[in-house]
Amino acid sequence: MAQVHLRSVVKKYGGLQVVHAINLDIADGEFVVLVGPSGCGKSTTLRMIAGLEDISGGEVLIGDRVVNDLPPRERNLAMVFQNYALYPHMSVRENLGFSLKIAKRSQSEIDRAVDDAAEILSLTPLLDRKPGQLSGGQRQRVAMGRAIVRHPDVFLFDEPLSNLDAKLRTQMRVEIKKLHQRLKSTIVYVTHDQVEAMTLADRIVIMRDGHIEQIGTPLEVFERPNTTFVATFIGSPPMNMLPARVGGGRVVLTDGTAFDIPPGHKVEEGQDVIFGARADNIMPVGHSLPATEHVAEVKMSVQLTEPLGTETLLFAQLAGQEVQAKMLNPRPVASGEVLTFQINLDKCHLFDAETGASLRV
Amino acid sequence: MTTDRTHRNRKRALRIAHFIGLFIAMSIICIPGLWIVLNSFRPTVEIMAKPPVWIPNELNLDHYRAMFGGNGQGGVPVLTYFRNSMVISVTSTIIALLVGMGGGYAFARYRFKGKAALFVGLMATRAVPGVALSLPLFILFARIGIIDTHFGMILAYVAMNVPFTVWLIDGFFRQVPRELAEAAEIDGCTRWQAFWRVEFPVARAGIASAGIFAFLTSWNEYALASQLTRSVYSKTMPVGLLDFTSEFTLNWGGMCALAVLMIIPALILTFLVQKHLIAGLTFGGVKG
Ligand SMILES: Nc1ncnc2c1ncn2[C@@H]1O[C@H](COP(=O)(O)OP(=O)(O)OP(=O)(O)O)[C@@H](O)[C@H]1O
Ligand SMILES: [Mg+2]
Repeated sequence: MAQVHLRSVVKKYGGLQVVHAINLDIADGEFVVLVGPSGCGKSTTLRMIAGLEDISGGEVLIGDRVVNDLPPRERNLAMVFQNYALYPHMSVRENLGFSLKIAKRSQSEIDRAVDDAAEILSLTPLLDRKPGQLSGGQRQRVAMGRAIVRHPDVFLFDEPLSNLDAKLRTQMRVEIKKLHQRLKSTIVYVTHDQVEAMTLADRIVIMRDGHIEQIGTPLEVFERPNTTFVATFIGSPPMNMLPARVGGGRVVLTDGTAFDIPPGHKVEEGQDVIFGARADNIMPVGHSLPATEHVAEVKMSVQLTEPLGTETLLFAQLAGQEVQAKMLNPRPVASGEVLTFQINLDKCHLFDAETGASLRV
Repeated sequence: MTTDRTHRNRKRALRIAHFIGLFIAMSIICIPGLWIVLNSFRPTVEIMAKPPVWIPNELNLDHYRAMFGGNGQGGVPVLTYFRNSMVISVTSTIIALLVGMGGGYAFARYRFKGKAALFVGLMATRAVPGVALSLPLFILFARIGIIDTHFGMILAYVAMNVPFTVWLIDGFFRQVPRELAEAAEIDGCTRWQAFWRVEFPVARAGIASAGIFAFLTSWNEYALASQLTRSVYSKTMPVGLLDFTSEFTLNWGGMCALAVLMIIPALILTFLVQKHLIAGLTFGGVKG
């Protein structure tokens, strides 16, 4: 078991810098998810931890050892690749036992470890097949099995579920979470899927263009996003973002609609801001949650509805912009119908229009 | 109904045409070979007969007996030639494969300055026909005194085969995902172990086919060998065929018999390695 620390870690490809001085402390047994859009440097960061990529600057520590110059085999970690990277010429049994064989463990020990892992992942009936004879989901489980047989200090996952269909992905997500509870090992998990990040992580690291935007628990990053980027990246549907200006102690949208300043924000008169509200906090009167302390009411015309069963997603128009809202206990809504919506200001956000930084204090 | 029948008829006609086409193609490919085998078993009169005798009247082993017989009865040092051919082909193939694996791996996996130019240069060496090289090579080899030696022949064949093995093996290593070696390294292998335990076995089929190719090229090569070998010390079997020509006569039967002996090891090798080829082509360790 081990902690992982990144100290000002930098990665450059020639003159191109793709990871900018990242700092990250991962506790022993913690499940940390790196999430961010494609090309933001998640895989590169993970591969530097693994030792598959040279570290251009800074330090990576596993446990209390600086591992910058250690080859992967001396870092005692396991990795699951996006394409699984199973050894095609070996049976499932040999794939699982490979690392122990390299470590020159006794055959009986290898057999026991392989059988255990196969049991956990229900791979026992497949042990004598070759990877080519397995389905995508089965290969994925073999890849996980190969990682768990060695009881590594740290598990690294690079988008392990992105090749599976939606249903299998949900299923494997649960499996991975169970596995973590059982093994209690440190996990660094890369994905670009924010749902995966929210459901799996103890802490989420949101990356963008080689920088870390925010680190926090799933609820923290959901409820208190540091930047507009995090606010729109985390949560589905994405947070509604409306340009506004502070005037007369209120937030004034471009069409003149004004709200009270959401509590907990510090703004200056005349400041250009962005008003952020999730669909969950914009609901038509009579179809909303019990009112909270700070509520604003606004009339909007509904253009489109997406019934989801227990709730309906409403696409409405406000200040010349599309806004997504939710309707609980839904009733049919005609296109063009004008409804009065309640906005729960306690859960709304203000960001600086220029920097995108949260104005929360 | 009628359209159904015409459809079926057309299908049958197509199948027959297909069959005939294949038969003609196969005949064109096989008949010369079969003719050689056939000729090696029948008397010279029959070989020389005009019009040709298609169905042999008599088959015997006379040509083989004569070939292995003493010098007086038209015998040639078959076993010596065979040994020369074996030593030269096997050694040059092994070296070409080792170099090819090193080079192919480097081309497939590493980025370095002048890679593209080097690759094109390597291929360009193959653009020069062997015959054009034979005279310069002869002079060069004569100067340094390696004419008529196994060493000289091996050197020439390695040089001839390396560009090809590098190119072929490069292609096969490219198909082996990088992640396999990375996974092996994380599983505890050194770079070296990762190569031999994972990448090499996965690319084995390709390496084997490069091996067959290199072997057959050396085994059958004539143009260079006819210049660079002088005597039984280094003459290979293709050059040995010339022993059956004298000033006024051509011993076709003997030549065919020797040719058959040449074909057999090549066939056996291809056959043995072919199993490997099929067994090795089970990719699928990665999603793709
Ligand atoms: N070998 C390389 N040479 C140059 N640039 C590279 C190299 N490998 C990656 N990059 C660049 O580094 C950046 C980060 O790549 P990385 O693979 O870490 O992205 P990622 O966050 O994992 O994206 P994805 O979600 O698409 O996998 C990208 O802009 C990519 O173009
Ligand atoms: Mg990636």
